[in-house]
Amino acid sequence: MKPPSSHAAAPPGFVFARELMDAQRLSRTLARMAHEIVEHDPEVGRLVLVGVRTRGVPMARRLARLIGETAGAEPPVGALDITLYRDDLTTVAAQPVIQATHVPCSIDNRRVVLVDDVLFTGRTVRAALDELVDFGRPARIELAVLVDRGHRELPIRADYVGQEVSTSRAQIVQVQLQEDDGRDCVVLLDRERAQPPARAAAPPARTRAKAPRPQAAVKKGRRR
Amino acid sequence: MSYPHRHLLGIEPLLPEHITTILDTAEGLREVLDRPIKKVPTLRGRTVVNLFYEASTRTRASFEVAQKVLSADSLTITTATSSVQKGETLLDTARNLEAMNPDMIVIRHGSSGAPHFLARHCRSAIVNAGDGAHEHPTQALLDALTLRQKKGRLEGLEVAIVGDLLHSRVARSNLWLLTKMGARVRLCGPPTLVPPGLDHLAPVTGSIDEAVEGADAIMMLRVQMERMSGGFFPSLREYHRLYGLTVERVKRARKDVVILHPGPMNRGVEIASEVADGPWSVILDQVTNGVAIRMAVLYLLLGGAEAAS
Repeated sequence: MKPPSSHAAAPPGFVFARELMDAQRLSRTLARMAHEIVEHDPEVGRLVLVGVRTRGVPMARRLARLIGETAGAEPPVGALDITLYRDDLTTVAAQPVIQATHVPCSIDNRRVVLVDDVLFTGRTVRAALDELVDFGRPARIELAVLVDRGHRELPIRADYVGQEVSTSRAQIVQVQLQEDDGRDCVVLLDRERAQPPARAAAPPARTRAKAPRPQAAVKKGRRR
Repeated sequence: MSYPHRHLLGIEPLLPEHITTILDTAEGLREVLDRPIKKVPTLRGRTVVNLFYEASTRTRASFEVAQKVLSADSLTITTATSSVQKGETLLDTARNLEAMNPDMIVIRHGSSGAPHFLARHCRSAIVNAGDGAHEHPTQALLDALTLRQKKGRLEGLEVAIVGDLLHSRVARSNLWLLTKMGARVRLCGPPTLVPPGLDHLAPVTGSIDEAVEGADAIMMLRVQMERMSGGFFPSLREYHRLYGLTVERVKRARKDVVILHPGPMNRGVEIASEVADGPWSVILDQVTNGVAIRMAVLYLLLGGAEAAS
């Protein structure tokens, strides 16, 4: 199946399977999540949103704006780079680039909502929790994710879920946000099947798949 | 973006993109030093040996701080209190330390090439923390990080390196790094302290006034009394008069000039106190950046899976 032209190319080795959210659905989903966050505790004065780099950060900023529209006060937004807390640093081939972590205020006794785009194995969230508690002792930590794709390897669940999707481990859920990718959508990608070599002179879908988009968010079937 | 080497032996073999990788990584890691808990678990279970055959305050302390912040286990051996005093050779010392299975050896040694020698004979990753008059790569990297923060770039900067060019490994590493990154370097020192052939790498002048004219940055080098066996100049007073950086001389440089010194300073010799403590001085920023650079080097050499050498 060919992707609609509004989508960025899949990373090498993957092909478009189906669209999970278009721009409209994505913004409706975020609005609903923002409402749920306020509904759960309308006292937003002590609320802090912390996005997990990379896609969690623009997502947290949008949620904060939406919460501001509903509750009157926009909560502060932080950004976590969990690289230094990863449990697989000794096994990844190349060292990931470090981006700075930024926590805008003391998180002591505050309600922290951790924001990430895709919940998969849960290892990113584990690392984020470990990093967060090194910054203070929040009253409560909650988790908001745009897509829960299953396959947890740790006892972790989200408090606010945009959409639950059943996937196979080999697939990728790719979230694209206006701020980083120039478009809003969520797509499911399949691993490209090995095909006969004659394929060289073939479908445009392949050229799309080969086009490098290093900045696109990728949750592969690997641990992070 | 990556750092493909197993060791950090010098700046000379690095490509500009490797240097940028180290600087960007340091920039990301610097923030950890401002956290309420200045410790991340990244290098848990990794062991680093700091082997120092020469005196050091800043370099040794900042390697140790960087190791602690990244949760690596480390031990520091200085020759004054080790079996080197009993005549053990460098290779024997290194082999015995290696038998304790460290992941990295950070070495400072008075002989040029000592880290390269260890890299040939040891399994551990080797980091050069200064070898003789050859290279001091982490110093050049922290200088570059400081310059990049203050000036926003390295390319096109006019940088004067002034002082004891003969004995200075800092000057050599900085010369490699700055020219690789597109800065323009001018060198200045007393004729007795300029090694032959240096003028092939960058313009050399005997006049500090000429060297600092219109400069974006001035790097002052320490007069290395401990390495001077002969009479390289008549007196420290005369050295200061002819090659010392004074307020009047700073005024010949650009208004927004920054002044660097690798430490320890000889106040009143290569640099006047009013300059060292003046508004142009970024000497203490260099020290903070030194920790960040050493964290980046530790992370890049020990963080990933064993890189192909």
